[in-house]
Amino acid sequence: MQPLSVSQFSIVNSLGAGSTAIAEALHAERSGLGPCAFESVQLNTFIGQVPGLDNAPVRSDLALYDCRNNRLAQMGLELDGFADAVRALRARIGAERIGVFIGTSTSGILQAELAYRRRDPKTGALPSDFLYAPTQNCFSVADFVQRYLELQGPAFAVSSACSSSAKVFAHAARLIAAGVCDAAVVGGVDSLCLTTLYGFNALELVSTRPCRPYDIARDGISIGEGAGFALLQKIEAPETSRAMLLGVGESSDAYHMSTPHPEGLGAKLAMQRALDSASLEASDIDYINLHGTATRTNDAAEDRASFELFGERTPCSSTKGATGHLLGAAGVTEAIIGILAMQNDLMPASVNTEEVDPVLKSRYLTKTRAGRVERVLSNSFGFGGSNCSLVLGSTA
Amino acid sequence: MLAGTEPYVSSPIALSASALLPAAERRRTGIPVKLALAVAQEACTHAGRDPASVATVFTSSSGDGETVHHIFESLALPGREVSPTRFHNSVHNAAAGYWSIATQSRQPSTSLCCYDASFGAGLLDAATQTAVDNTPVALIAYDHPYPEPLHSKRPVCGAFGVALVLAPQPTKRTLATIEVTYTAGSLQPTCMIDPALEALRTGIPAARSLPLLAALARDERSVIVFELPASNHLSTRFAPTFHGSKKHAP
Repeated sequence: MQPLSVSQFSIVNSLGAGSTAIAEALHAERSGLGPCAFESVQLNTFIGQVPGLDNAPVRSDLALYDCRNNRLAQMGLELDGFADAVRALRARIGAERIGVFIGTSTSGILQAELAYRRRDPKTGALPSDFLYAPTQNCFSVADFVQRYLELQGPAFAVSSACSSSAKVFAHAARLIAAGVCDAAVVGGVDSLCLTTLYGFNALELVSTRPCRPYDIARDGISIGEGAGFALLQKIEAPETSRAMLLGVGESSDAYHMSTPHPEGLGAKLAMQRALDSASLEASDIDYINLHGTATRTNDAAEDRASFELFGERTPCSSTKGATGHLLGAAGVTEAIIGILAMQNDLMPASVNTEEVDPVLKSRYLTKTRAGRVERVLSNSFGFGGSNCSLVLGSTA
Repeated sequence: MLAGTEPYVSSPIALSASALLPAAERRRTGIPVKLALAVAQEACTHAGRDPASVATVFTSSSGDGETVHHIFESLALPGREVSPTRFHNSVHNAAAGYWSIATQSRQPSTSLCCYDASFGAGLLDAATQTAVDNTPVALIAYDHPYPEPLHSKRPVCGAFGVALVLAPQPTKRTLATIEVTYTAGSLQPTCMIDPALEALRTGIPAARSLPLLAALARDERSVIVFELPASNHLSTRFAPTFHGSKKHAP
């Protein structure tokens, strides 16, 4: 694919608000996870919660869209000068030339969960203040972002579970290549809700401790919430920046709805296709941000796939011990962490991981390492066997 | 009926789970997934394509509404016991996941939502992928009503599924050539003349595809306009392929 520049990005999750805070936290090997005290949830687990959302309603002209997920989107858009950068680009190239493609797995369904507790005792009807389209529907967050930024280009939501906000990069790259738009706001937003907390718990995929990716004693995920956005543009002049999208690879597992292919066939295919799309070899990658959910099966399958392609040469880690699993926001969040790794010359450690499972053979980082990073690969794999890998970095 | 020679009469759809799925998975699929898989399989068969060689774009406004309704009900009860199968079926890409399992396809697959414009967004994305990646892409659009109480908040008037296989080059099986143009600014979307079909078109997001299917049924050159968000539209120039014999709509 033709490389695209990531001319601006923003990030918020339990680890911090804004790129500077996140980079500092990665450097210091901090974790944003804490004991679950979300809403009325009674589960023995750790979560990555973003503080301050309860007191941060969405902009008044978009009040119909007010829900935790869109509040989180707004918080992300206002960080790192992101909304201002989009406004400046809009003034230059036109609102209709900028697309909006947002990944989410659950959008604003917390509103529906709360509304079901307030059904009319006689008729069963939902309360009149529950608004479906601007909250629960998957498109709500893309619609909100498009209106918030006053953009008028193509827009849709991508909802392929935990690969959603990696796949938005693929959609944007294709639509820009086809000339449908010249730039795109891509992103991912997923906020805490009962469906995912109780649902992953029912699948016995949730740890009672802060998650420990690649650890010998890993026993499940920690769910987090977060938002991340990136502004993708065609390259107008030769670029020296390392904030570039170089390649995207997508695949399906063809195996099971909630368990990855044990040999990591789909994962390997996504990584290989991402390298092919970037016209790069495995040896061109300096750091891999793994999907690394800390379930027994994901980490084993992913390690097998990445080891087959990269051997023991390429340093890699999962940052989910720091952020938790941000589900539909994981892809863009970890793409941005990859860019921060390059811009700050660091390879982030896997926080919480104490003893790396000896069965896993990749070169796994339990300490943050300093070093020049020119190109990163970022993996995102989801339910339904939906896989997406991104290659970011410099074209040089 | 779509050609306008006989009236549309509504009747319930009968669906069985895809025979391609392993028995354990077959039992787990809900009606919207059955619907999506049925049309996807039919389109691939009709196109003479091995499903394992075709990338897919699934698009739906609400996915599996019955499943999320049951989860919301469970979460409103004191025990909050969510069925694990229901939970993994609740993801918007459940149909894509089951399709991949059924067909053993490892091709790229995506799952989109664009509320009422989900068909138009899916067509835009699928056509773009076909052209840019120079690869066959199946577009599968499906919608199914929510049960109450969500139905009152988001009325979808019936079940509708449609699948089209798009390819960069024509084959012997090609039914028509479409030229999809995205244009900013609003235009009137193409409507159905039959009031019952028009009610279907406006009542179910996936049925926004009806004017395209009608053009196929009539074997007639036309330009079909689909609505997109932000008052934009997708203009589809439709030209039937003549193979010397009368073609039938899928």
